[in-house]
Amino acid sequence: MEFWVTQIFNGISYAALLFLLGGGMTLMFGIMKIVNIAHGAFYLIGGYVGYVIVRHTGNFYLALLVGCLVVGFLGMVIERFFLRDLEGQEIRQMLMTMGILLFFQDLLLLIFGGYPLSLDPPDWCSGSINFGIYYFPVLRIVMIGAAALAYMILWWFQAKTRAGAIMRAAVDNKEVAQGLGINVYVVTMGVFGLGALLAGFAGVIGCAFTAIYPGLEFEVLPLSFAVVIVGGRGSLKGAMVGALVIGLIDNFGKALFPELAYFTLFFPMAIVLAWRPTGLFGREE
Amino acid sequence: MILKGLGSRGWLLIALGVAILVLIVLPPILPTFIVILLTQSLIYGIVAMSLDLLVGYTKMPSLGHGAYFAIGAYTAAILATRYNCGFGVCLLSGVGMAAGAAAVFGFLALRAAGVYFLLITLAVAMCVWGIIYQWMSMTGGENGISGINRPDLGLPVDLLDHVYFHYFILAVFIISLVLIFLLVRSPFGRTLVGIRDSESRMKVLGYNVWLHKHLAFIIAGAFAGLGGVLFAYFNRFVGPDEADLAQCLEFLLMVSIGGRGTLFGAGIGAFLITFLRNLVSVYTERWLMIMAFVYVINAKYAPEGVMGFAKRFKMRVEVAV
Repeated sequence: MEFWVTQIFNGISYAALLFLLGGGMTLMFGIMKIVNIAHGAFYLIGGYVGYVIVRHTGNFYLALLVGCLVVGFLGMVIERFFLRDLEGQEIRQMLMTMGILLFFQDLLLLIFGGYPLSLDPPDWCSGSINFGIYYFPVLRIVMIGAAALAYMILWWFQAKTRAGAIMRAAVDNKEVAQGLGINVYVVTMGVFGLGALLAGFAGVIGCAFTAIYPGLEFEVLPLSFAVVIVGGRGSLKGAMVGALVIGLIDNFGKALFPELAYFTLFFPMAIVLAWRPTGLFGREE
Repeated sequence: MILKGLGSRGWLLIALGVAILVLIVLPPILPTFIVILLTQSLIYGIVAMSLDLLVGYTKMPSLGHGAYFAIGAYTAAILATRYNCGFGVCLLSGVGMAAGAAAVFGFLALRAAGVYFLLITLAVAMCVWGIIYQWMSMTGGENGISGINRPDLGLPVDLLDHVYFHYFILAVFIISLVLIFLLVRSPFGRTLVGIRDSESRMKVLGYNVWLHKHLAFIIAGAFAGLGGVLFAYFNRFVGPDEADLAQCLEFLLMVSIGGRGTLFGAGIGAFLITFLRNLVSVYTERWLMIMAFVYVINAKYAPEGVMGFAKRFKMRVEVAV
């Protein structure tokens, strides 16, 4: 019993991190039909920026803010200058995002070296809360809270604001949206930046939660792909459900069959694809 | 003046003949390092050509081609080192395993098209990488599998010698090139091009589009597996890097930098990338940065690749004459 409660809790808190990663990726996918390999680099950059800020100011909240903003801005620049011309040409987009990933991978290696780095979360996050025989680390609870908050803000933004309505219109039908006077290019740039921002947010939290090191981008990428495939491409709700499914399965897979952990990741993907090729919450094209 | 009447195909055949002649004549007098790189390029060339079958001829942007390469390599490596199997068994099992994996993954990936296809092939390949990386007892995990001996083919020469091994790989490369070329020119290959240009039209004409795509996927997987088997014998070591994302994308880069849908271009791309990567890493530690620029420049400014440039150059010459 104790094993199951602990593992389920760990799985859900891991899912929180995956939601931030996969949610960003699914937003980009929805509006640009792009598989962004550079997403792993965005995660890493967020983590390293957060590390530098905490190192110099000791302020974790400032690190979160700056990490998000830097990566979000970087995402907008990349969309504007490197991806906009390649719209609809998936192979060129892939090669471009791979080039961007390699560039940042090497740059970060050059600046920070190959050792794992981690940052200290605020003091009140470091203990654990005790329910009877169970101990839940505060940091993991905060992670779940942060992801839930992010989900609610994104949902509110998409469903209730004018900017969100414009965004949904641009996802649904680019040409018509453009015809109605919406500047789709600005929307695309904004959404790409927002997706990158989420990855940066995940990076800072991930840096406090585990550690970050070069090569981590290749470990988080398959997980975010799996989240997007299982949940349904372009759907925020899908990203949340996909993150929970993948987070729990990956966590149990690692605990129960450590050697075949990735096989347990492949399995839910295969089932969902065989049953619903567009993912659990994806729409038919 | 004789050259004037040659069409594109004539030029291509001449270039191919010269290239093969060079690969036969030069190795005995070239430095060992260069011979090894040539051999490696030929092996990657087989994989890149098989990927071009999907990317260029069928418009199936498979990103997971490294997975079939790695499955072939690991199958051969495990059978050769742990069960002392001969070359024939390793070759057949490696190619068979890769083709089988492609058949299974093809069922999943072909549920979708376009970007979704790409996402699925990539995710599946990364799972293969993860399994190789984690399954210590079978694959050796991060340590990989070493101690693979060169194949014993009953020939009077020792394949440990780099030059002889180069000739062996060259022979396999030429056979693969001819086979893939014949496949592309066959009614089956023409149908694939038809599917690339308009899937709905081919469907209306009564072709079984799904089956053609699935078969193309399996054939490409089999050739990638062949490349993997050869690589295991060439490198005498296989590690998880053979299956990772960077390797998958590098195959795609080879196809793209040579020129998609030209077959010959995929071979050129394999040579360019293999030499660039290995020569640059001799001179600078920042070779990843250089590779990054190659990716970006290819994607942004030169999507047609080398064959595209050659075509444009030829047109300009013709206009001038």
